Amino acid sequence: MADVALQPNRVGAAQPARKRSGLQKALKRKSTAAFLMTLPLIILITLLVLYPAFYSLHLATLNKSMQRFVGFGNFEFLFKRDTFWLVVKQSCIFAITAVLFKALIGFIVAHFVHNIPAKGQRKWRGMLLVPWVIPPAMSTLAWLWLFDPSYSAFNYTLSFLGIGPIPWTGDAAWARFSVILVNVWYGAPFFMIMYLASLKSVPDQLYEAAAIDGANWWQRIWYVTLPMMRNIIAITTLFSLIVTFANFDIVRILTAGGPLDHTHIFATWAFRIGIEGSDIPLGASVSLFMVPILAVAAIFILRDVNKRGNEA
Amino acid sequence: MSSVTIDKAAPTRTVKYGSMSRDRKWALRWSYFFLTLFAIFSLLPPIYMLITSLKSSAEISAATNPWWVFHPTLENYVGLLTSNQFLRFFWNSALVSIFVVTITMLISVPAAFALARMRFWGSATLATGVFLTYLIPDSLLFIPLFKVFALFGDWTGIQLINRWYVLLFIYPTLTVPFCTWIMIGYFASIPKELDEAAIIDGASWFQTLTRIFIPVALPGLIAATIFAFTVSWAQFLYPLVFTTSTDQLVLPVGIITTLIKGDVFNWGQIMTGALLGAAPPLIIYAFLMDYYIAGLTAGATKG
Repeated sequence: MADVALQPNRVGAAQPARKRSGLQKALKRKSTAAFLMTLPLIILITLLVLYPAFYSLHLATLNKSMQRFVGFGNFEFLFKRDTFWLVVKQSCIFAITAVLFKALIGFIVAHFVHNIPAKGQRKWRGMLLVPWVIPPAMSTLAWLWLFDPSYSAFNYTLSFLGIGPIPWTGDAAWARFSVILVNVWYGAPFFMIMYLASLKSVPDQLYEAAAIDGANWWQRIWYVTLPMMRNIIAITTLFSLIVTFANFDIVRILTAGGPLDHTHIFATWAFRIGIEGSDIPLGASVSLFMVPILAVAAIFILRDVNKRGNEA
Repeated sequence: MSSVTIDKAAPTRTVKYGSMSRDRKWALRWSYFFLTLFAIFSLLPPIYMLITSLKSSAEISAATNPWWVFHPTLENYVGLLTSNQFLRFFWNSALVSIFVVTITMLISVPAAFALARMRFWGSATLATGVFLTYLIPDSLLFIPLFKVFALFGDWTGIQLINRWYVLLFIYPTLTVPFCTWIMIGYFASIPKELDEAAIIDGASWFQTLTRIFIPVALPGLIAATIFAFTVSWAQFLYPLVFTTSTDQLVLPVGIITTLIKGDVFNWGQIMTGALLGAAPPLIIYAFLMDYYIAGLTAGATKG
């Protein structure tokens, strides 16, 4: 017994003598090791993220053949084009509407899943998350086929209700609706799963206290659930805003920007100009317009993440 | 009085007086009703993919009831799975995803370990930087990256554009930041006593990582692997920009560029291809749902 108790003491006593000389070396070794471990990450981020990001600032100031410096010429050119303002408008409509509906549907569905007995929740959650799991390029093809002008399965079904064939991707207003619908379909499960995780962390006592005080279901949501979930709602919405604003796959496959450029958003228009039209500097200038909104969202997310880090 | 309560109790859920259990029962019924609606909405496109994939071209163009298969046939599956081109897409996709997952793990696990445990100059800034990188979308970087790789080809003579392996350089920009970020979270949650004990026993930093951290944080590692795989399998913009020859394409781009020929849409084959392309992530999801969801929620909740 005494032996066992002594052992740690002996280790403790022996350590300092050995440590003093090796301490500095160990520290040095530790930081060198740490540096080496993060080196691939630093190289990757610097060469393939930071460098291209700043390079696109440079690209945006060149002319089409990339031989002459034109300053803000590309931006001046863009500001004079109607299509550009159409893209700005559509990007904002698309991102804001889609995120709003994703958040709303996700919130409602999360509540319904949370309402049913815990035993069955897994099954429902599993089914409802499927849209998020399928690669968006693949599922958008299915939507494209559902929206097909002559064989649309939706129009077939609606015709029984006497609703005439809807030009899902042929008419500007309907095409805008369709891309938003597909985006909501794809993104709502993400909100659902995030909200569900945070709903589970709201203590039951709060609801019991509210029920005793005579709160109805609406008051319980407004005064208990929402304040408790405020953080996660904010961060999920900001994340989704970034992803939706930068969306490419869905619009590209569903409408490719048409009809008459009415559904183009920044990413698809930049692709059309920069890669398909091989005017790389102009394409780079278009995609740079995403930066302000991304930066604002990123600042808010970062503030929130740091705040939570300090609390923990 | 009681009959009035029953009337009110029926559809509204705002009732104040009815018995608790009756309220609960109605809430439950409404929940199931709406959940069924949402589940139908969620599963409609994949189910429709399956329905169409079982139809022959003749049946599709006959415009019979689109929701039902009258003469089920596997000809679309046979057609695709015996076409060298489609198998090539599948093979390219698999190769890219597996390599990207490996590269991602090799970069992000040691980096996350260093950032979570070995405080060094600038480590906090770097962790924040990694998180910020994760927020930079692909649609912002594809044009400058394309130009960078074109210039690289001009300078060195190594042509990377239009080769499938160029994606091995590009995809890690999407996967590494997120995987590092969630691994930092998982590693930070491991009690310090564990690695202190290992160090006292004479383990090196590398041994601490492989013998202690990786086994303990295995759930996080699986979640990160799943994330890296699904991202590289689903990525559409980068392969569309960087690869054009049909033998270099990955699955999503391949299906869209080769099966859609002008105005002729071979919908039976397109839907079959889409379903086969969606299968690997769906299978992984079906078996590892909890890890999948853990990875999904960790990104925003782990600090």
